[in-house]
Amino acid sequence: MATTTPTRPSTEAPEDSGSEGRMLKLGAVGGDWLDRRVSGAGLVRFFGRKIFPDHWSFMFGEVALYSFVILLISGTYLTMFFVPSMDEVVYDGIYAPLQGAHMSKAYESTLHISFEVKGGLLFRQMHHWSCLVFMVAIFVHMFRVFFTGAFRKPRELNWLVGFALMVLGMVAGFTGYSLPDDVLSGNGLRVVDGLMKGIPIVGTYISMLLFGGEFPGHDIIPRFFTIHILLVPAAILGLIAIHMVMLVLHKHTQYPGPGRTERNVVGFPVFPVYAAKAGGFFFLVFGIITLISATTAINSIWVYGPYDPSPVSAGSQPDWYMLWTDGGLRLIPGWEFTIFGYTVSLNILLPMVVYGGLLAFLALYPFIESWVTGDDREHHLLDLPYNAPVRTGIGVAWITEYLILAMAATNDLIAVKLHLSINDLTWTFRIAFFLAPVIVFYITKRLCLAMQRQKRDLALHGEETSKVVRMENGEMIEIHEPLNEFDRWVLVQHDDYRPLKAGKGVSALRAAATSFFFKDQLAPVTPTELREALEHAGHERHKIDELTGGDYRTPDVRSH
Amino acid sequence: MKALAARRHHPLAFVAILLLALVATGGLYAAFQPRSAQAESYSQDDVDKGEELFLANCASCHGTNAQGMQDDSGNTLGPSLIGVGAAAVDFQVGTGRMPMQNSGAQAWRKPPQMNDEQTRQLAAYVASLGPGPSVPDEEALSSKDADLENGGNIFRVNCAMCHNAAGAGGALTRGKFAPSLSGVESKHIYEAMETGPQNMPVFNDDNISASDKRDVVAYLKALDEQGSPGGISLGSFGPVTEGLYAWTIVLSLLVGCAVWLGAKAK
Repeated sequence: MATTTPTRPSTEAPEDSGSEGRMLKLGAVGGDWLDRRVSGAGLVRFFGRKIFPDHWSFMFGEVALYSFVILLISGTYLTMFFVPSMDEVVYDGIYAPLQGAHMSKAYESTLHISFEVKGGLLFRQMHHWSCLVFMVAIFVHMFRVFFTGAFRKPRELNWLVGFALMVLGMVAGFTGYSLPDDVLSGNGLRVVDGLMKGIPIVGTYISMLLFGGEFPGHDIIPRFFTIHILLVPAAILGLIAIHMVMLVLHKHTQYPGPGRTERNVVGFPVFPVYAAKAGGFFFLVFGIITLISATTAINSIWVYGPYDPSPVSAGSQPDWYMLWTDGGLRLIPGWEFTIFGYTVSLNILLPMVVYGGLLAFLALYPFIESWVTGDDREHHLLDLPYNAPVRTGIGVAWITEYLILAMAATNDLIAVKLHLSINDLTWTFRIAFFLAPVIVFYITKRLCLAMQRQKRDLALHGEETSKVVRMENGEMIEIHEPLNEFDRWVLVQHDDYRPLKAGKGVSALRAAATSFFFKDQLAPVTPTELREALEHAGHERHKIDELTGGDYRTPDVRSH
Repeated sequence: MKALAARRHHPLAFVAILLLALVATGGLYAAFQPRSAQAESYSQDDVDKGEELFLANCASCHGTNAQGMQDDSGNTLGPSLIGVGAAAVDFQVGTGRMPMQNSGAQAWRKPPQMNDEQTRQLAAYVASLGPGPSVPDEEALSSKDADLENGGNIFRVNCAMCHNAAGAGGALTRGKFAPSLSGVESKHIYEAMETGPQNMPVFNDDNISASDKRDVVAYLKALDEQGSPGGISLGSFGPVTEGLYAWTIVLSLLVGCAVWLGAKAK
């Protein structure tokens, strides 16, 4: 390396060239020195040459990663001023409407951060906004992975790791927004306390264990602090590492296209293209979050007031990623019964079963689908969502159920803003909880099948040109322009799945499942069909050309 | 005494005692009933003009003697206004809720239909029908020396469950709602606490003392004045609007960047 030091053009100042040369040498010597001790050159070369495909939809995992970095940076700043203690103090800071109020040290220090620490409010808002962005990015990333079938073999385990990251994100968020010890976060804790106490037999013990006695006690804030700044971030970091290592091992998936196969990755190398793009993207994400945090308020805890178990404000909701867990509680009727003197709270247990079911289905979906298809091959080429109508329908139905629960948790705000009756809204959501996913599944599936038909026509006959020719016998023919081979490839490359028949080692259940998945599926265009279509088009073209001499303009335009 | 004793069994004696007892109870009640100081005195002229306005604008629902009216099936068209006091009129008419725009779950705030003078005359008429809370004077509303911390605490415990901690408003049952309190005049907030309009409970002076009410008004005014230290408040509706903001504005910005970076160089 040292021998490649370039000679400087004579126009440059001599001292400049001297210092540059020295720096290059220093860098080379330093790199060599480092390499002889950690021998990282091979690793750097390996990563530098790694190829990633280019598509905007692949970048949301990155957004999640970057917002996590921002969470770590802003969170570190906040820990320097936050006091995780529930000891009572009398406020004498600069926020006038609370001067003289009794509050915990946690709440007091959060007010101190917000109003007196330099940049404190900005950092608080950055921490909270980047948390919301972190969860949004995780969800959008999961949507992309789900709808393109990127979770298929060999990536099922990485899907589970990603799922665990999503759940840990929820835990991190919940423990985080509980820390300031304001009325709203205390209300959220009370809901969690109720959920725990709703579990038969062990519920009250779990609650007492977590809160260190009867709610709210004096332990929960310091305990959540440890969970929030130590346990959960460490677990998230570890899982992110596993997620990334698996990403490198599996290589990135890619959308189907000419030259892209199950054995290659078409894209750009990490160095220099992705190093620059990803580095730039980090700063863009950082910039956007800072811009939003500098201009838009989030969690104005001084308005909610210090925690006191008696008040509950109208419009008390958790952060968006926890909304759905509140929705079920708002929808369920007050079903409770007593057995041997113990209250069984179905109004708590049933929603929890629903939440567990929705999460479990999400986590296990890759395994459910591979059991249905019996597909044991590796998949590195992504599905286009309309080519998997049932999977896409199931995904959209899941999102619909999630959304209905989330919207049910905001029923009071919807009622006020849209001038509706909250009672009617509750009933609407109750009915929608059962009907909407089914209807949405059906509509989505039909839309996908319609798209398959349209793409099939496109592959066979090409694009409509809007040029219509009337033949001598009165027949009207629209001239189609065939697709080029590259565009056609994307439309014809997908796999053809057929339902299985029961018997011969195929259970009736699995036969029914494959029928549910694939019975309406359109087969991709076969080479024979394509040849026939092209021949037919050629015939037509020939006839038209004979009539018009290749000039398709209308006769009266032609005469001008 | 003999004469009195002799007439003790006279049939009219019972009536006389009953009359005396009624006068005594009524008089004591009138003397001790909770009432805020009469801030304004109305002339007979005000009362007469108020009655004219009342007959023209309000009597169709509240009845020609303000006694209240019901339709054939027993639903209340308009409640009795005897004893609601000047404060109730000043609030309902002064905020434009009355005369009501249309019947529904709740009367909406709209630009007032009566000017200040007419509102005062209507208040004079209704106040003349029976004793009730009067319009609070300047002193009762003065935020000088008000205890903001006390006001905030009372607000969070008594008001926020319907009006929201930031006073942004909230939903009640069947399409009814607690309105937003931001930008509402101090005297209207005070009157609402005293008279309990629409679905609101009455917070009279036994419940929340006059000075506590003043603190609540001062706290709400302080919230209005301080604005939102953190930037755009998104309506002060809390985590839901924040989440919506993240999913719409912030996500659009991020998708924009991703599409830009993912685009092929030309």
